[in-house]
Amino acid sequence: MDITKTVEEEKLNRRASRRFLARLRYGDQVAHLITLLFGSLIVLITVLLVLELYRSSALTREKFGWAFLFSSTWDPVFEKFGALPFIYGTLVTSALALLIAVPLGIGAAIFLAELAPPRVSDILTFVIELLAAVPSVIYGLLAIFTLVPLLRSTVEPALQYWLGFLPLFQGPAYGVGFLAAGLILAIMIVPFIVSISRDVLKAVPREMREAALALGATRWESTWSVVLPSARAGILGSIFLAMARALGETMAVTMVIGNDPKISASLFAPGASIAAAIANEFTEATGDLYISALIELGLVLFLLTIILNGLARLLVLGTQRKGTAQP
Amino acid sequence: MRVLKRSLGLVLVVLLAAGFVSCSRTPSEGGTTNLNGAGATFPYPIYSKWFDDYHKTHPDIQINYQSIGSGGGIRQVLAGTVDFGATDGPMTDEQLAKSKAKILHFPTVLGAVVPTYNIQGVTQELRFTQKALADIFLGKITKWNDPGLTQANPGVNLPGDQIVVVHRSDGSGTSYVWTDFLSKASPEWKTKVGKGTAVNWPVGLGGKGNEGVAGLIRQTPNSLGYVELIYAVQNKLPYGQVQNSSGSFVKADLASVTAAAAAAANDMPSDFRVSITNADGKGAYPVSSFTWLLVPTSIADSKKRQIIIDFLHWMLTDGQKQAAPLSYAPLPDAVVAKELKAISEIK
Amino acid sequence: MFGVTGLCTLFTLSVLLFVLGYLAWQGGRALNWEFFTQLPKPVGEPGGGMANAILGSAKLLILAAVMGVPVGLLGGVYLAKFGGKTFSFVVRYVTDLLNGVPAIVIGIFAYALIVLPTRHFSTLAGAFALGIMIIPITLRTTEEMLRAVPKELYEGALALGASKWKAIATVVVPAAFRGIMTGVILGLARVAGETAPLLFTAFNNRFWSPGLNEPTASLPVMIYTYAISPYEDWHRQAWAAGLVLLVLVFAANLTARTVLSRRIGRQSPR
Repeated sequence: MDITKTVEEEKLNRRASRRFLARLRYGDQVAHLITLLFGSLIVLITVLLVLELYRSSALTREKFGWAFLFSSTWDPVFEKFGALPFIYGTLVTSALALLIAVPLGIGAAIFLAELAPPRVSDILTFVIELLAAVPSVIYGLLAIFTLVPLLRSTVEPALQYWLGFLPLFQGPAYGVGFLAAGLILAIMIVPFIVSISRDVLKAVPREMREAALALGATRWESTWSVVLPSARAGILGSIFLAMARALGETMAVTMVIGNDPKISASLFAPGASIAAAIANEFTEATGDLYISALIELGLVLFLLTIILNGLARLLVLGTQRKGTAQP
Repeated sequence: MRVLKRSLGLVLVVLLAAGFVSCSRTPSEGGTTNLNGAGATFPYPIYSKWFDDYHKTHPDIQINYQSIGSGGGIRQVLAGTVDFGATDGPMTDEQLAKSKAKILHFPTVLGAVVPTYNIQGVTQELRFTQKALADIFLGKITKWNDPGLTQANPGVNLPGDQIVVVHRSDGSGTSYVWTDFLSKASPEWKTKVGKGTAVNWPVGLGGKGNEGVAGLIRQTPNSLGYVELIYAVQNKLPYGQVQNSSGSFVKADLASVTAAAAAAANDMPSDFRVSITNADGKGAYPVSSFTWLLVPTSIADSKKRQIIIDFLHWMLTDGQKQAAPLSYAPLPDAVVAKELKAISEIK
Repeated sequence: MFGVTGLCTLFTLSVLLFVLGYLAWQGGRALNWEFFTQLPKPVGEPGGGMANAILGSAKLLILAAVMGVPVGLLGGVYLAKFGGKTFSFVVRYVTDLLNGVPAIVIGIFAYALIVLPTRHFSTLAGAFALGIMIIPITLRTTEEMLRAVPKELYEGALALGASKWKAIATVVVPAAFRGIMTGVILGLARVAGETAPLLFTAFNNRFWSPGLNEPTASLPVMIYTYAISPYEDWHRQAWAAGLVLLVLVFAANLTARTVLSRRIGRQSPR
């Protein structure tokens, strides 16, 4: 901007800028209003979404009440609907996924936060976070043609041979089923646990580690007994986040879970998850009660994920996270 | 200055986007009419061939048919989100009552639902009694070498492995036909499970669409499922003979399916909804079915209405010739004649 | 014990390598010119391609960005610069909520809101669903990046006589632009692979989809449809599509993240 002006120009400018300034005051309010509107738009959309779910599931909510959550019959012909097999399937596959992903993820996070040199750690974390970017349907594609045949021909028979006394590993080895879905989910949620746990671990102050070492602890003891416990909240938060993610996964699960709404003790058995059921049956549900039942399933899933996400946020609040592998 | 540059950039992006979107019209745009249909996977192979051929002869007409299952066809045609639907399980009175405009059923071809299987070491054609099929799907027969199966198949070395039953996970007319047959074959099935496009299957894995079921069977050893004939043929899956109401074991083919429709052809109700499973006749294949297009009688868009009418005419004449090569049986002449008259109901 | 953690890392890395490698192998074999230029063939006939799906996905993404990014952007500006305490909290909470909603539930919402009233499966409905999914990511990134701009830049602009909105629009936002763009690209990359919400909004189409009001094919939906089918040829094409999708998603992620590593403070205001 050219600062030197003649007096004449100065006078003209001042007049012009006064008029301009007058308009600019309005500008601020307008801007405030516009951004406020868009902010409220987000709120509106979310409220509409919840309302829509609630409204469209009214039929089954009125007919079955709470029994919907505990009944295990899913019979469109006789119009009896119960969500239990789907809730069971969703929870079992997610639990299995967590069982595998949590030790794996925390282990990797410890390595990346404590052991690996910084640059290596950054690169490796970046690469692991790329796993989170792989679309669900591609995991499903891979699972159908690599994981499922492997399970059916090798892994499940082996598990049955060694651990067949457990009801978990009984029954015919289809390949598809709870085990396949749980495994693919585990791979999908590991990056979240790694990424967030690593950040949380890194955020633990150096003084704590050094204090432990000064008191004679080995490196591992310092990590295990001092660093991890103080990062406990954040790591737990990452687990909840990962679980919320696992609950809502649709495509990969629907491609390998076997789509049979039954409750079964065996991991080899086919099952169904809420998201998979909606994906399979939503466009084809004839009959208002059927559609309402599916939407009520959606409502249940929605509520489950809200609760978990809420818990996660509470626990991970304050932890510095950059725009990385987040749901 | 920066604001100017940024806003110019934004305008540019918006223009590009708009140009992109509008340029994505087909080269022959300016008059392309698009129709959307959805429904049965049962006739999908021949429908996709028909609509493809129709597009070749009428380049400005695109009929996009998606096979999402008969349940989907019924549901979406009732919701009005598609221009026509398709189903192999005819709509019930209850469902028809939901529609403001009357919905017509137009039979298109005849098809068969076959029990297809993938058993290691077995390449012969198996024979299934009615009771055996019902018991397998009820979960009462669990192994391949069960007497219920070995008795009908002497000389075949059936393994002692578990039968992996495969059914549909979506709302399916093929399921309707299959469960309709099972309901007639087994009173136990009728009371326990019943017939429908989606039922509470006692056992089995669920596949999406005929395609999904065939895919599962191909990949799963010792599996048994039911698919429309062409899916077994195209995927080189063996399929068995089914015992019909006269007691003979019949394999699904053009002749046996046409035989099943013979009685119904002369006695076709005016709304064309009829079940021909377990039909009488020595040579009749017991799990045969018509498959229908669901067309609303009042179509607002006159262009679309004309296209549907023209297509129906074409389908009932030229289209029928393509049925046989794809293992569907063409409609009996009596039915075609009746349909041609019924087309006039579309206004 | 540390050895175990090293193994964990190694295992996780090898899974990624397997994913990439297997997809590259299967997909690479299946990619040909036909794939990029042809429409799908009728069921059972070999050949054909996914040209319409590639274009469909592109249209969906552009439209989703047009719908969702401004909302997230302006919402982020509100939170960073204008927000009152309570309403900001509400907006942030709701956005986090929206972020956690499973994609399939958003699909149900879009179906009820757009498909049913317009009585049409359409690109618009699909883009709407995807647009909703982009909002939370965009909003969070915008707010973070705006807050990360040094106060001196903002206050300097105010000191020079700019009004609040002018200072934001001409100084703060441009300074944060790179970071915001990164967030948008990451969001688009994530949404590009979403299948579930498209199943009952954009549906699918065997032909080209003109304009915005017709159903459209998209890469993820085609992958799904072909993968569960019994046809070898369709499997082949599913691998090819998977490879194309993955390459695009990874490319977006890599460019966005390497761009972000350049810190915002280094940018000199002009």
